[in-house]
Amino acid sequence: MSGADKEDIRSSLFEECEELLEATQDGLNAMADDPEDAEAINIVFRAVHSIKGGAGAFGLEAVVDFAHKFESALDTLRSGQADLTDDVIDLLRHCGDNLADLVDNARNGDNASIASSKQLEERLLEITGDLEQDDLPEFNPITISLDADPLSDVGPSRYTIEIEAKPALFSGGNEPAALFMALRRLGDVEVRASLDAVRPLSDLDVRACAITWQITLTTAGSEADIKEVFEFVEDCCELTIALEDTDDPAEQIAKVGSDLSALGDRDVPAIPSLSDLVQDVDEEKAKKEEKPSAGAAMPKAQAARTDASSKAKSSSTIRVDLDRIDKLINLVGELVIKEAMLSQSIDELDVARGSSVSASLDSLKQIASEIQEAVMAIRAQPVKPMFQRMARIVREAASATGKRVRFVTIGDYTEVDKTVIERLVDPLTHMIRNAVDHGLERPEDRKAAGKPQEGTITLSAAHRSGRVVIEVVVAGGGINRDFVRNLAMERGLISEADTLAPNEIDNLLFMPGFSSKAEVSELSGRGVGLDVVRSAIQKLGGRVAIHSDPGEGATFSISLPLTLAVLEGMVVDVGGETMVVPISSVQETLSPTRNDLDTLGVDSVVLRNRGELVPVIDLGAYFGFRTAPSTLEDHVLLLIASDQGPRYALVVDAIQDQRQVVIKSLETNYQQISGVAAATILGDGRIALIIDADTIMRDLGSSGPGDKQMKMAG
Amino acid sequence: MQDAILEGAGRSLEVVAFRVADQDFCFDLASVREIRGWTSTTMLPHAQPYVKGVINLRGSVVPVIDLSLRLGFGAADPGARHVIIIAGGSNQTVGLVAEVVSDILTVSESDLQPIPDIVDAQVREFISGVLLQDDKMIRRLDLHTILDQAGQHAA
Repeated sequence: MSGADKEDIRSSLFEECEELLEATQDGLNAMADDPEDAEAINIVFRAVHSIKGGAGAFGLEAVVDFAHKFESALDTLRSGQADLTDDVIDLLRHCGDNLADLVDNARNGDNASIASSKQLEERLLEITGDLEQDDLPEFNPITISLDADPLSDVGPSRYTIEIEAKPALFSGGNEPAALFMALRRLGDVEVRASLDAVRPLSDLDVRACAITWQITLTTAGSEADIKEVFEFVEDCCELTIALEDTDDPAEQIAKVGSDLSALGDRDVPAIPSLSDLVQDVDEEKAKKEEKPSAGAAMPKAQAARTDASSKAKSSSTIRVDLDRIDKLINLVGELVIKEAMLSQSIDELDVARGSSVSASLDSLKQIASEIQEAVMAIRAQPVKPMFQRMARIVREAASATGKRVRFVTIGDYTEVDKTVIERLVDPLTHMIRNAVDHGLERPEDRKAAGKPQEGTITLSAAHRSGRVVIEVVVAGGGINRDFVRNLAMERGLISEADTLAPNEIDNLLFMPGFSSKAEVSELSGRGVGLDVVRSAIQKLGGRVAIHSDPGEGATFSISLPLTLAVLEGMVVDVGGETMVVPISSVQETLSPTRNDLDTLGVDSVVLRNRGELVPVIDLGAYFGFRTAPSTLEDHVLLLIASDQGPRYALVVDAIQDQRQVVIKSLETNYQQISGVAAATILGDGRIALIIDADTIMRDLGSSGPGDKQMKMAG
Repeated sequence: MQDAILEGAGRSLEVVAFRVADQDFCFDLASVREIRGWTSTTMLPHAQPYVKGVINLRGSVVPVIDLSLRLGFGAADPGARHVIIIAGGSNQTVGLVAEVVSDILTVSESDLQPIPDIVDAQVREFISGVLLQDDKMIRRLDLHTILDQAGQHAA
């Protein structure tokens, strides 16, 4: 087997570990909800055990050691020898987190134990006590025995066949059992597996087959017949075939009989083929569990059911390279555009309505858009793993600040584009930390206010009108507006004279340079505030809003596009060109009257909007398509809000439409253009540029676009 | 460059011949992807004058270059009688505006002649040789130079 194969298996091990860790978290949650739930603890036990098994195959000692102790404690708990108190559940959660850390370290090639393991192991030992015993399934030496009856009659000749498999036997897809079955057709077969060379699971070499087989075949056939069976595997195993003297068959049979009884009724799993390794351990253990043991009897049917359902789940998913999906998404995008172009051309042909052409076209249109949705859905992933990470953040933040938090998640299975989820982790982590640190009152303050000591933070996800909305609801004190206002004045963000609506005060939290905690706390005050959160979310094409009820709590809601491949855009006309402005940057649109506008200097125009002077930029002039129009009254202004600077207004001729556009790179065949984020293809097949509101702002701050053009021409 | 051409003498070469500003040019057939009718382009801001804009080529955004202007003949003012030659290497595709494509010719590399030294620098920058075919002189364009220029100098 090549190194690449091994790497493949390794990475699939970690992917499986991730699923198992997720199952662990689920199980722990279920245990917290209902400590009597025997199935919940079994789920956790199975997951931890499978992680241990998988890790053992790759010699990840730190993981195996910790998982083993974790598992022992779980075993004690499920057998009812220790009580499942809140403290214990808390400990188990920490263990789950720690196991995740260990797996993470191992994935990065760091196989060392971590300090926290030691502590947790000691606490686990309190549960396990002296009960700690090595009754957990090791990799038991196993014998494969086919149901040959040793007492059947002994044929004319008896052969002893010894097989020693080379790795090539398995990588070639051969199955020893199939060979044995083939031999059975020749006569009676007795197979013994020699397990002397089998090593414990913890240092198992998955590539080597440590088992050798001795087959006793009683057949009327010749040696050539036997050789024929092995024709295809001759090259990949060591094979010896010897004719045996069978003077005393009874003796032989007696020997075989004793061998069989020694084997007992031990389970006979398959040879640990590489990719099944983890699963095998799982199955073996599941079988073990089925045996009534230590009072933790799980109904057999239930065990079988969960086993079957988990198998069904694993067989119904495949792993696909993201590039392939992206290619498919691109092609489908093309299909949709072509369909639109086709329907436009047919319109121009003036085909009668209701004709077969337009009927077919309509169904084509529908199929195309369904394909597009289906393809987009491939990239979508449930937010659950991210939410579970957040649960951990809450726990850590709570213990660091001494607060008591109940963390509730809603809509775990809401699906969002994988990339969006990945990029959302950091800002969300920050918000959650903030929520615990600043949003919730201390337990004693809560008590004084007549609230339960435990504060609730709810994280929810839901689809709403083509976007996903993620909300963090903090049932705490809400935003102390006087405090926020004073602090903002102290920081020079607003002046004393400013009159701000409550909502505007709340939004001060998102201003750069604002940190609401009087003393910078170790947890969330590292000089980065919610402004960083907002800019990260805006980069994703999202928006974040805040809503607060003093005394009741605050809600932060993040609205995000479902995917990064398309963008919600406002299609506008500028000097005969069609351009797209991302909706996420547009705060409002307005038709200016003469009274709203003032001229500053020779040709700088400002707009008076909500007591603020907003610079006005003509988009056409900025891009060099035209000279700025002398009067703006029949134009439309888009108020652009950017976190990186003051607001400004863009002059466009007209707003055509608001729609989703597919993002296309300009850089593949050309290069980056200042003020342009990307391109897209409109329904008529033409290309429109998507503007980059932030760059335009930056250009304004430094040199005008005019200067830039001069430089470029030279 | 001239040495390279002379070394290749004897091998045959397929070229796409076309007219720009009433002169005959050609590209190696291998670098030409397709030829399509003129479609109006989307203007690119801050671009060099010879970059006419971008078009949609089956979902890719492809810049279109006015060869006439690029070669110093003045703007082409493209219309229905013009074509866009889609050409490119492995990692970049451009469209080049030309007048009618006249032919695909198979010529021997020995028919290629180096350009005379007296020709000015701008011409020498893009033209890697000339080809005498019947009574016409066909200028062989160096696509790589044009691609480089399109990618790097235009903004």
